[in-house]
Amino acid sequence: MATTTVQAPLPGTFYHRSAPDQPPFKAPGDAVAIGDTLGLIEVMKTFTPVAAEAAGRFVRFLVDDADAVMAGQPLYELET
Amino acid sequence: MAIEVMKPGLSTTVQDLGRPGYYHLGIPLSGAMDRAALRAANLLVGNDEGAAALEAVFLGPELRFTADALVTVTGADLPPKLDGQPQPGWTAFRVRAGQVLSFGFLRQGARAYVAVAGGIDVPAVLGSRSTYVLGALGGLDGRALRAGDMLPLGVPPRDVAKGRTVPEALRRPAATPAELRVLPGLYWHRLTASAQASFFADTWKVAPEADRIGYRFRGGRALDFVPREQPFGAGSDPSNIVDSGYPYGSVQVPGGTEPIVLHRDAVSGGGYFMLGTVISADMDLIGQMQPHTPTRFVEVDMSAALAARDERAARLQQVRYALQT
Repeated sequence: MATTTVQAPLPGTFYHRSAPDQPPFKAPGDAVAIGDTLGLIEVMKTFTPVAAEAAGRFVRFLVDDADAVMAGQPLYELET
Repeated sequence: MAIEVMKPGLSTTVQDLGRPGYYHLGIPLSGAMDRAALRAANLLVGNDEGAAALEAVFLGPELRFTADALVTVTGADLPPKLDGQPQPGWTAFRVRAGQVLSFGFLRQGARAYVAVAGGIDVPAVLGSRSTYVLGALGGLDGRALRAGDMLPLGVPPRDVAKGRTVPEALRRPAATPAELRVLPGLYWHRLTASAQASFFADTWKVAPEADRIGYRFRGGRALDFVPREQPFGAGSDPSNIVDSGYPYGSVQVPGGTEPIVLHRDAVSGGGYFMLGTVISADMDLIGQMQPHTPTRFVEVDMSAALAARDERAARLQQVRYALQT
């Protein structure tokens, strides 16, 4: 078991959930499959899904919901 | 000779130096948001400065070349990789048929320019190959690239060597916090003295929705207007005026809350007052600003604006000299 951090592919505003009244995409302990959506980054009026490129178990978000992120900034931890 | 788009990136478009001359008809300038970076990219691969290249914002595309080509990436620090091997930015490198150009995470700036010897040979529309997405004009079918697109390449106008590079000192740094110089304009008198002062005193931040049409800023104090009876034809909000032409670079503040600097794909007119314009020498800098970048507006007069324009022209001349063939 190794814990890896996954980085933001682009700058913008990071969201944990698809809408304010929805639960977060992942909660600690959830299984993550390749292609799963872990969050959304909003920039230039576009919401880009952050898709998992590796499978594992979701540990935690490293950025608060609706916080500003820079490209390359660690977004969440994954146990692989 | 062509490039196959494997992944398009966030919004990658074909851009050249733009489509001036039709703004009075509502067709904007378009063209590269960072014109200096586009010129340098074209010079590096032996193209004319105004050849069409790709503008990639925040997230790079993945491109497969069907023929050998000379390529360069300038502008933002979006690290290019050829078949996974890192390549230097601001430098011409050779790509072999079948190789894939991809990009690492953005490190600095916002927009990278990918120039290929021969240029991107889409049809010119009203004298330009630039993409105006809102008007579905120019570029590749008037839109951003999609996976599966094939981009035609032109014939290189001259042969240049690989490995040529723009000296570090001539690559414009992306300053953080950014400072944008503003020349107060025709409607400056609409603001109260305290609003005029706070606009320049406050630190603003680039809003995430900032794009090729305009860069929106927030975080500064709201601006107050000098009371008046709105003239016939103007809207009821104190930030409204009788409709007027919007210059490239003009700063409007709808409702007095969030300044918007109009950029290459802006609308050409409307009913918001403009407090002034960002000077032409600083417009490229805006094209390299990421969301949330702290920004200050700095007041300048006409002579300072013209001096800055001369300085920018001299810098471009140095780039031309460094890359002359």
